Amino acid sequence: MISLRVPAPSSFNLQRFNSGALERRWKLGRDCFLSFTPNRIGLGVRSTKSEMAPFTAAEEETLPEGLQPELMPKHVAVIMDGNGRWAKNQGLQPWDGHRAGVEALREIVELCGKWGIQVLTVFAFSTDNWIRPKIEIDFLLSLFERTLKSELETLAKNNVRISIIGDSSKLPKSLLKVINEVEEVTKNNTRLQLIVAVGYSGKYDVLQACRGIAQRVKDGEIDVEEIDEILIEQELETNVTEFPYPDLLIRTSGELRVSNFLLWQLAYTELFFAQEMWPDFGRNGFVEALMSFQQRQRRFGGRKS
Amino acid sequence: MGGEVRQLLEQIHRFSRRCLFRVLSMGPLPTHLAFIMDGNRRYAKKRGLEDGSGHKAGFSTLMSMLQYCYELGIKYVTIYAFSIDNFRRKPEEVQSLMDLMLEKIKSLLDKESIVHEYGIRVYFIGNLGLLNDQVRAAAEEVMKATAKNSRVVLLVCVAYNSTDEIVQAVKRSCVDKADRDTERIQLVDIEENMQMSVAPEPDILIRSSGETRLSNFLLWQTGNSQLFSLDALWPEIGLRHLVWAILNFQRSHSYLEKRKKQL
Repeated sequence: MISLRVPAPSSFNLQRFNSGALERRWKLGRDCFLSFTPNRIGLGVRSTKSEMAPFTAAEEETLPEGLQPELMPKHVAVIMDGNGRWAKNQGLQPWDGHRAGVEALREIVELCGKWGIQVLTVFAFSTDNWIRPKIEIDFLLSLFERTLKSELETLAKNNVRISIIGDSSKLPKSLLKVINEVEEVTKNNTRLQLIVAVGYSGKYDVLQACRGIAQRVKDGEIDVEEIDEILIEQELETNVTEFPYPDLLIRTSGELRVSNFLLWQLAYTELFFAQEMWPDFGRNGFVEALMSFQQRQRRFGGRKS
Repeated sequence: MGGEVRQLLEQIHRFSRRCLFRVLSMGPLPTHLAFIMDGNRRYAKKRGLEDGSGHKAGFSTLMSMLQYCYELGIKYVTIYAFSIDNFRRKPEEVQSLMDLMLEKIKSLLDKESIVHEYGIRVYFIGNLGLLNDQVRAAAEEVMKATAKNSRVVLLVCVAYNSTDEIVQAVKRSCVDKADRDTERIQLVDIEENMQMSVAPEPDILIRSSGETRLSNFLLWQTGNSQLFSLDALWPEIGLRHLVWAILNFQRSHSYLEKRKKQL
């Protein structure tokens, strides 16, 4: 929540550094063996084995103190912002930040599965991000491809379904192939649906829905007068899930904006802005966001009584 | 004697405000401010007043905000007056809100009203067909009467939902492009059919009363807006909140401008 006090400029948070971030940095050094050499010829990143422990039935029940199971959101959306700034604060390169970001995401996916959240949507790559330097984009997309490949087995074992949304026309063919494979293999899983938005923006989603509807009108399938909110909802890319509207949106790194992520779907979503950078967000940040969510009164335009 | 003191105090306030605004103007100022005026009823309850007076207090806060925006030179102000979802409230409350709106809309037609004093052009944005005939007629009259004003633009969202606005824009785009290739529909085609296309995108969206959500307001237009959720209820919102929001906007402005240039 934003209070009247002017928020401090986002800087290195000592508390967060000691809880998990140190461990992540060590893993980083182990995996990115070219991170600390002065002459970088290429990016030699070893593929990592997944460190996610298999979910157990006992762990499913334990919510942290203060969180009520009946008030848990069904669908959480996350803007994983701040990898680059985190890396800069640590004196590392941007790709180190993204690698740390993947570790943080693993943790959150695991928590969602344990705590009964049914859908988790993450904003991995926006249509606006195409302006970044090519080397960073290439790294991000290859990191994404590698992570999908290495995580497939664990995700399948843990009953996680993966869906990818976004404009796939600019993605490399090898990545598209992996995406299709992952979506196909996990399509019947039911515990948690992980939606990854790549090459996605809210306006793009509405535009492609509009094009789809226009085509249907042209084909005579529907009449212009029949176009309504439900029809648009069905055409949006988030129709891959039963719960397309996030209950909670979390954005890290202190930026107070939505940046064109999930436009239509955010109509009644509770927004939570976290000060820390994404690699530092972790379990503590997530619990804080969930507690804030549980205390809110959602009225959807009506009255409490 | 009391009246003179009051006048003097008012002049001192005005003068110090002018100095403050001059300092603020040294930095970049937002072109478009949007407000979700939440918390009127809670304010009335908190003060032990009867229900309607919360909205009346909210209206006078709105007038103060407009005055500050005019003095600062902020050209566009959008307010969320009544959502389509609000029709689901109790009929008595909806009726009293409609009556209040009718009264206030009519008052905008007065020669002495703030609208003529500051040269404000008023738009009513929303599904006006859902309003009763009197309110709709009054709204259309105000739009016509202020069409020549250009100093400040006030957009009043009434019977409005962002999703409804998008549906109407999609419908119009489909009709426009019916005879052409549907793949050719671009973002601009949808955007030019949006009711809010008469204004640029808001730089800042301020919501009062502590809720941190958009409630189906300007979803399309606030993609890059800075969102501020203030704990104060709408009638408690004052100059200090506005100044705080603008200072925060100025802090992140240079980073945003760089991003915009890259895009």
